[in-house]
Amino acid sequence: MSILLTEDTTFIVQGITGREAVNLTRECLDYGSRVVGGVTPGRKGREVHGVPVFDTVEQAVANHGGPIDGSVVTVPPAFTKDAVLEAIENGIKLIVIVTERIPRGDVAQMVELAGMRGARIIGPNCLGLIVPEVCKMGGIGGPAKDAAKAYAPGPVGVMSRSGGMTTEISSSLTQAGLGVSTAVSIGGDAIIGSTYAELMPLFEADEESRAIVIYTEPGGRMEAQLAEWVKENDSRLPIVAFMAGKFMDDEEMKGMSFGHAGTIVEGKEDTATEKIARLEAAGIRVVERIDEIPDAVKERLEVAA
Amino acid sequence: MRFFEYEARRIVELAGIPVTKYGFCRTAAEARAAAEEIGGPVVIKSQVLTGGRMKAGGVRFADTPEEAEAAAADILELEINGHVPRGVLVDPKAEVKQEYYAGVVWDGTEKRPLMLFSDMGGIDIEEVAEKHPGHVGRGHLSNLMDVADFEAKQVIAATGVSGRQLTRATPILARLAELFRDRDMTLAEINPLAELEDGSFVALDAHMEMENEATGRQRALLREELEIAEDDTREPYEPSDFERNVAAIDAADHRGVIQGKDHGFHGDLGLVIGAGGGSLTLTDAVRSQGGKPANYAEIGGNPSVAKACGLATQVLRKDGVEKIAVMMSIVSNTRVDIVARGVIKACLDLGKDPGETIAIFRIPGAWEEEGFKILERYGVEYCDRSVSMWEAARRAVEKIQGTPA
Repeated sequence: MSILLTEDTTFIVQGITGREAVNLTRECLDYGSRVVGGVTPGRKGREVHGVPVFDTVEQAVANHGGPIDGSVVTVPPAFTKDAVLEAIENGIKLIVIVTERIPRGDVAQMVELAGMRGARIIGPNCLGLIVPEVCKMGGIGGPAKDAAKAYAPGPVGVMSRSGGMTTEISSSLTQAGLGVSTAVSIGGDAIIGSTYAELMPLFEADEESRAIVIYTEPGGRMEAQLAEWVKENDSRLPIVAFMAGKFMDDEEMKGMSFGHAGTIVEGKEDTATEKIARLEAAGIRVVERIDEIPDAVKERLEVAA
Repeated sequence: MRFFEYEARRIVELAGIPVTKYGFCRTAAEARAAAEEIGGPVVIKSQVLTGGRMKAGGVRFADTPEEAEAAAADILELEINGHVPRGVLVDPKAEVKQEYYAGVVWDGTEKRPLMLFSDMGGIDIEEVAEKHPGHVGRGHLSNLMDVADFEAKQVIAATGVSGRQLTRATPILARLAELFRDRDMTLAEINPLAELEDGSFVALDAHMEMENEATGRQRALLREELEIAEDDTREPYEPSDFERNVAAIDAADHRGVIQGKDHGFHGDLGLVIGAGGGSLTLTDAVRSQGGKPANYAEIGGNPSVAKACGLATQVLRKDGVEKIAVMMSIVSNTRVDIVARGVIKACLDLGKDPGETIAIFRIPGAWEEEGFKILERYGVEYCDRSVSMWEAARRAVEKIQGTPA
């Protein structure tokens, strides 16, 4: 088991003829994912690594002969909203938005429509998600052989605001003999389609997942929301968190953003110190050092057992 | 992107919200002329991108044009929190009956804009919310539907405001909400929104912030209407030479991304690190172990040798930097060998021994075998993913400081 993806999951790539998208398509196919089409307006009839390219999502769905589960959207920021609305209105239920630098207003519109249509958005500004040895949707983990090195199947669900750190953390869990159930790069922007708390019920329902690791940063209320979720729901899943960007609490760094657009600190609740306190108050173990994650997970799993 | 008050007032005015007949002036003489035109008591306000101007003496009242000129001359010379004023705003001294607050912000949890209204204006809304929660009305907006006046009305009525005040304030909050969305603001506030003795409502002060990601599509407003120059980015501080140079190298080559910041960093260990989250993690790891970073950096997105070399060169040219630590979280599309070649080239170009200069190289991932071979040839200490980011940072700090922290 896993969340969001299975070995039968089908998806398309919107913006498939772009340089990064061509690589991403190759990586996903090599990993065994079912990429059933691509869309780039005006490029119908081409192929990318054997995947047929269409002008519209509607054509891709018609060619497939039935509903398509997902789409990886990798088009420039000015066109992303249109591409995502097109995916949603053509019945696609899982949309990974890779594009960064999309204004918040656009993201909020896509997310609201997705909610009305029963679709889910992961990202923007993310690398997608992976179920080890089953399916990889997006650039997460890189080429198939590199992804295989970092991601072994196991009991830990991973959610991270940084794409690179999703793989770094998963690799450390793999090296420690633990492994990963599903890893989700949730995106580094201020407003994203799926927050930690919004994905928790899925992990909760996944029998294979027995612990959660989150990577987090200053900025936003996502951690406070997770802390509230944990307090309100009697979750069976122990959570280990790592907070990066503690240096941003320094007076000299006020008003600056580092790493991701979402790290800008807009209120008192947004600082690293404040977030760590909230997570800990909810019983979430916050480790000081990145290399402490695997042991903290093992400890928690033993306590749970 | 932040706006000066005189710009924020113009934005509000463009949205159809009444403002007083104000004037923006760059000199004391202009301030005098503005006061003459207003013809009565005026208030002169410093135009700075920082708070606390009232306390600092940046707001003064004047009864005559002569007084206005003198006050403007003083204010134009007055630095507030290190900011030199852009000019002064000359505003008629309003006969205020009651002050209100109207604002719109993003609620990241609900993923919708949030309207706020209070009948206790003129003070910080956070303070009102904490001490007088009954005096703050709140209401979320749909991202997909037009703003409806009734939504604004509900928010205002929740504070107990009724009668003519309610009907007058309603369209103002609704227009502010539309402006917030149409102009891609992250914050749009009118504080105070004043009810004058004659019963009319005017925006006496406004505070606006626009999302940086949207400045491209808001060009018409920024360049034509407000005449804000392209290079006037409104960052909280002036970029340093290091920051400018790194940005120029980044812009010159579309392959990969590099970024460097050194505002607030005063140390001796140069950092060539990446990518987004990796850089945050590594900067913390260096500092927590007693290291003193000379800068912050981000490298990623599969940069060229020239770009990696450019970032390393700029870091090595910083005063007091003898060694650099080259570290990233596991890379998938950035190539380890290319970054290795770039940083070695930077050392050689500056006549430095890479083995001495590069304190540690920790970039695991794509093309690592090729990268490690090159590093070995130049005697650079490197490690793969079996060495954690924390441990790599420790080794770098130890090389500079001799003893572990």
